[in-house]
Order: sequence, then C-alpha cells, then structure tokens
Amino acid sequence: MSAPLSLGPARPVPLSAVNPVAQLTGIVVVTAVLLICGDLVTPLVVLAAELALLPAAGLTRPADVARRTWPLLLSAAGITWVNVAFGSLEGAAAWQSGATWGVRVIALALPGVLLVASTDPVRLADALTLHWRVSTRFGYGALAALRLVPLLATEWESIRLARRARGVDAGRNPVAGARLLAGTAFTLLVGALRRATRLATAMDARGFDSGVARSNARGSVLRPLDGWFVAAAVALCAVAVTASVLTGAWHPVFS
Amino acid sequence: MSAGGGPATVRLAGWGFRHASRRAWAVRDVDLVVLPGERVLLTGASGAGKSTLLRALGGLLEPESGDVAGELTVDGAVPDRRRQRVGMVFQDPDSQLVMTRAGDDVAFGLENTGTPPELIWPAVDTALDAVGFPLGRDRATAALSGGQKQRLVLAGALAPRPGLLLLDEPTAQLDPEGAALVRAAVVRAVAGRSATLVVVDHDVEAWLPLVDRVVELLPGGGAVGHPAGWRPAPLRLPERQPHPPGEQLLAGVGAGYTHRGSDRPAVAPTDVVLRAGRTLAVTGPNGTGKSTLALLLAGLRAPTVGEVVAGPALIAGLRYPDRPPARWRAGELARRIGTVFQQPEHQFLTGRVRDELSLGPLRSGAGAAEAHAAAEALLDRLGLAPLADANPFTLSGGQQRRLSVATALATRPRVLVLDEPTFGQDRETWAELVALLAEQQDDERALCLVTHDAAVVAALADDVLTLGRPVGVG
Repeated sequence: MSAPLSLGPARPVPLSAVNPVAQLTGIVVVTAVLLICGDLVTPLVVLAAELALLPAAGLTRPADVARRTWPLLLSAAGITWVNVAFGSLEGAAAWQSGATWGVRVIALALPGVLLVASTDPVRLADALTLHWRVSTRFGYGALAALRLVPLLATEWESIRLARRARGVDAGRNPVAGARLLAGTAFTLLVGALRRATRLATAMDARGFDSGVARSNARGSVLRPLDGWFVAAAVALCAVAVTASVLTGAWHPVFS
Repeated sequence: MSAGGGPATVRLAGWGFRHASRRAWAVRDVDLVVLPGERVLLTGASGAGKSTLLRALGGLLEPESGDVAGELTVDGAVPDRRRQRVGMVFQDPDSQLVMTRAGDDVAFGLENTGTPPELIWPAVDTALDAVGFPLGRDRATAALSGGQKQRLVLAGALAPRPGLLLLDEPTAQLDPEGAALVRAAVVRAVAGRSATLVVVDHDVEAWLPLVDRVVELLPGGGAVGHPAGWRPAPLRLPERQPHPPGEQLLAGVGAGYTHRGSDRPAVAPTDVVLRAGRTLAVTGPNGTGKSTLALLLAGLRAPTVGEVVAGPALIAGLRYPDRPPARWRAGELARRIGTVFQQPEHQFLTGRVRDELSLGPLRSGAGAAEAHAAAEALLDRLGLAPLADANPFTLSGGQQRRLSVATALATRPRVLVLDEPTFGQDRETWAELVALLAEQQDDERALCLVTHDAAVVAALADDVLTLGRPVGVG
C-alpha cells in the first residue's frame, strides 16, 4: 500500500536528467490528446512509447513495475470490466469499447508513474517554485506534509492494537466493525493534525514563509534536453493521431 | 541579518502569559536575565509553563493567542523582531525535518533567510561538523535513528548562526544512547559560547554538567535560580516488599516475530515467564524488538514462531480456553492482560476522563454500577478526581500517562505490560508511577516493563531480560 506513495531521495535514473517541469509539460500535452481521442489506436501508440520509457525511469524488473503500477492496473481492469458488463454494446464491440477505456486509463496515468519513479520530490518542489512560480508555502509545505505519510501507516496499526487492548473489538458485527474503523480513523486524524501543527511551528521557528524572499540552495536548471523532451511529447501525439486517422479509427469524443 | 551579532541577551521582568480561554496563568511573575553566552537549564514540574516561556523567547506566541503581562526582550527588542537571531529545537524529530536529504534539511533555514546559494553549502558543512553528524549531506533523513535525526535538527537550527539557541526537551523521545548523542552535539555546538543557550528539560542530572546554572519555574508563578553546586532532591523510591515467585501467569516459549516481507526477525525466538507478584524488565538497545515482544506477550500480535501460553489463573472463565491470547476476544483480553502503550493518546476513546475509566469494565462485561464505582475509586486513588470531566486529550503529558495506566488497571487484569511508562516524565510523575506500579505488584499482579530507564529497573525489577540473554537479579 505504501510503496506507490513512498517518498525519499530517488536514486538518479536516466529520466531524472529531464527537469520535472518539462516532464509535467509533456504530461499535459499527452493528457490533452488522450482526453480528446475516443478510439483505441491513439492511446495504444502513446502507451507503446510510455512503455519504452519505463527502463529510462529505472523500472526494468517486472516486480518493480508491478509495485509501482498495481493500483493503476487494478482500476484499469475495473473500468474495462464495468464497460463490458454494463455497457450498451454487445459482443466484440463491447470488448473493444472496454479495451479502449482500459488502455486510455493506463496511457493517461503511466506518465505520472514515470514522473514519480524518476523524480526526487525535493527537485520537483524546487522546479515548481523556481520555474512556475508556485508559492514556496505550498511547494515546501506539501513536501514536508508528504514526509509524514509513511508515519500514518505505523500509527494506524498502533491505534488499532491500542483499541483491542482496551477491550474494544467488533467481533463479527459489521455495524460495530464500521464504527470501530471510523473511530480509529478519527484518532488517526486527530494525531495527524497535532503532528502537522507541530511541524508548522517548527517550520515557523526556522523562518519559513516569514516574508523574506527565499533563496534556493540546489537551484533548478532548464537545458536543451528539456526542450527536446517536450518536443518529443508533441511529436508522439502527432504520430499517434496520424496513425489513428490513417487507420480510420479516429473519432474525437466531441464529434 | 542572521550571521554575526554575537550571543544574545535575554531579559524577563514580571513576565507572564495566559492562554486565551484559560482562567489560570500558564506562567507568571518571572524575572530572569540571561547574559550573552550563558547556558541555562530551565526546569520545573510539568504544567509549570516551561515550554510556553521558551516559545515566547522564540517569538512563536501569537499575540492574539492569550494575555501577556510584564516584559520579555531578546537583545532589547520583542522576540518577534528577533526571530532570525533565534534557533529552536523541539521534542519530536519527525515533525521538524522538512527535506528528504540531510544536507537539504540543514539548508532549509538558510534558504528561508534568503542566503545566497554559494554561501549556503559551506554553512551547511560547518553546521553538520559542529554537531558531529557523521553521515554526510546525501543521507536520506527517513533512514536515520532518532538520535541522528535530532542531531540533524540541531544542525539546521545552528546553520543560520543564531545568537540564542532554545532547546525544548530535545532528548525526551530518545533512548539513552540517542540522548547522549544529542547532548554531546549541544556541547560541541556551544563550545565557543557564540550563542546563548536555554534548555528546557526534566532530566536535570544529565544536563547539570553542561550548563552554567539552573532556573526552576514554580507552579504557582515566579522562578528561582539555584546556586552553583545545586543538585535535585533524590528520586523518591517506594518501599518494596519482597515477593516469592508466584504462579506462572503468562509465558513466551521460543516466541519470535518476523514482519511480513522481511527476512530479519523483529524479535528473535525468546523464552520469557511472567509470575504473579513479580516484575520483569525488558531492556536492550533499540532495534532488538523490545516493543514487539511486549505486543506478543500482551496478546496483540500472534508470534510467527513459538507460542505465548497463558497459565491456568489467566485462562479461567474463557469461552475458548485452548486459544492463545492473540485470539481472545478484546473484552476477555482486557480483563486478563492490560497494556499501556508508549503514546497515551492512542489509547483514549472517549471525551471525558471519567468515561475513559469506566469504558474498559463496561466493555468486558461489568455492570454500569460496578464500572462507575471502579472508575470513581481509580480517580481518587490517582489524584485525577479534579479532572474527572476534562477531555483526556487536553491533559498534560504526565496526567495522560497516569490516566493511560489507570485505564489498563480499571479492568483489574492479572498481567500488566507497559512500554516505556516513564518516557519524558518529570520527577514527580515518575515517582508517582513507580509507586503505583509497586502497588500492583503487591496486589499479586505480574508486570512486564519495556524500558530504557535504568532507575525504573533498579526500583521495580525482580528479573531483567536483556533481549537475547536473560539474566536474573534476585
């Protein structure tokens, strides 16, 4: 559960050489095209290119790929199944519609997986605040908050055990089970808020967001490579749409 | 700006603070002067307002959050205007680190003051060296021990070269090894007297050799300075009655635990016996699985190797007596084995102290009248009666600790398992807790204490299990 969220200094992979804001721009381009297209060919071409990038993001072993993508694959499978089972179409047409949805979802979300796998979160915050003028309060505040996410899993377990020690369990009663779950979640939330308050105080004490213009120790540079990366994303979309039109599959969702 | 300026002067004259919505003053009538480069330990019972005073010095008390009396200045100005002259370290390292790499985190404070990048990295290296952080800039902060994290936090506070360094119980959440690391780092950091130091801590003995003088905040208001050579009164220890080993209540037989997906056991297979009227202390360095062993004995986790076996006195009345404690119903468990966790807050389930105490008995089958009588008795016994209607989450750390022990006692279990019950407690609370636990032992309960606190071991333990090698002490 925590693996897709895990956050730490990422080890550098070839894709890390591309600035996070260039990667985000690429994602915006690809996402726009995938949202417009309604066929199967376009997302298939995009998906093939994304899969070709997996090794550059350090995802070579199938186990690593699975660890990063299982929630995504699960939801894509779910969407495909819902479309096949409950869609208005029958037989092969139903399967094609389902597959289109599934492939689209994967092609839409995979760039996010590539970004997370290849990008150190601190570098992402640096790039966003320096190039896109995202407020430092938001950028580094979110970064600090994300650091606390893995702690929540440990805390959840200890709250659950503490309740059992107090004589509280649900037995086989689903209503009691739901109430217990809600209570545990509430205690977790209270704890998380208290910790967040402490973190905010500590950041205040270190002069965060005190009105002085912030400097950046690491910096974030845009290189020609970043321009080429965005150009490649645009070219990929052009190729995908052309292929779709030539095969006669193209039908945008707005038509 | 931040660099330069030398050590700061602190002056308080008749200073006091009252939190909005409270009737009593958190601190009042404090007169205190700390000279440049001086090192002062600020102590006092929990609830005497030490942390409030320290926050005020750091300029972190919002004016609208309460009423202020008297005057408080840092270098002759209100602390709010001296924020960049102050470095602060709090208790919990996890809620102070911001970045994912050690060096980036130390740089954070320098970035906030707008220091040019080319000056940041030399300052980061100086600060890391000043605290003796051995692991380099690129180390992931998440993978550090508590002591090393806190060292890093200290380096982050020192990097902007503050004139006033404020430490708020910086070692309260660390094991003795980590605490020693942090104190050593503080000694290195202030060796040149380039910063004035004010430390708030309960552990007076540990800081005495490192400070010039001790100032004690009094609970009723005011502060007294203790003369050089002053020592705190020795800890009050309860009178111990010797107990012959009673019947066996609970035992771990080669009990060990390995987390799923891990190839190294969290607890190696361990033999351990808890007997009526005896106290077993489980000690050992961090990472040997003391707390996990406590969870196995408490019936909260099932061992992955070996077993945990309950004795006849504990099994009596169970619906399925053949099942191990980890599979008992929660109500049955709470009546037989009481557990006190390291974080008292995790255990609280209600909005009132009184309800908190009657909840366990109600859940484990006692009638309402019986449960309330038990709650009232415990309230009186533990001095919590004046707080009966307070919300458990609003109590002070010491009061919360007493309440969490009381909730475990409310169901009258024969076995008590406690994880670091004396962590971060002031001397008064410490003595109360030890007396309370000694009483449980006299009542023929079996106690299992997981602890780093050598004084608790000396005061209570009949047997000591240093994980891996059991040693009897009489």
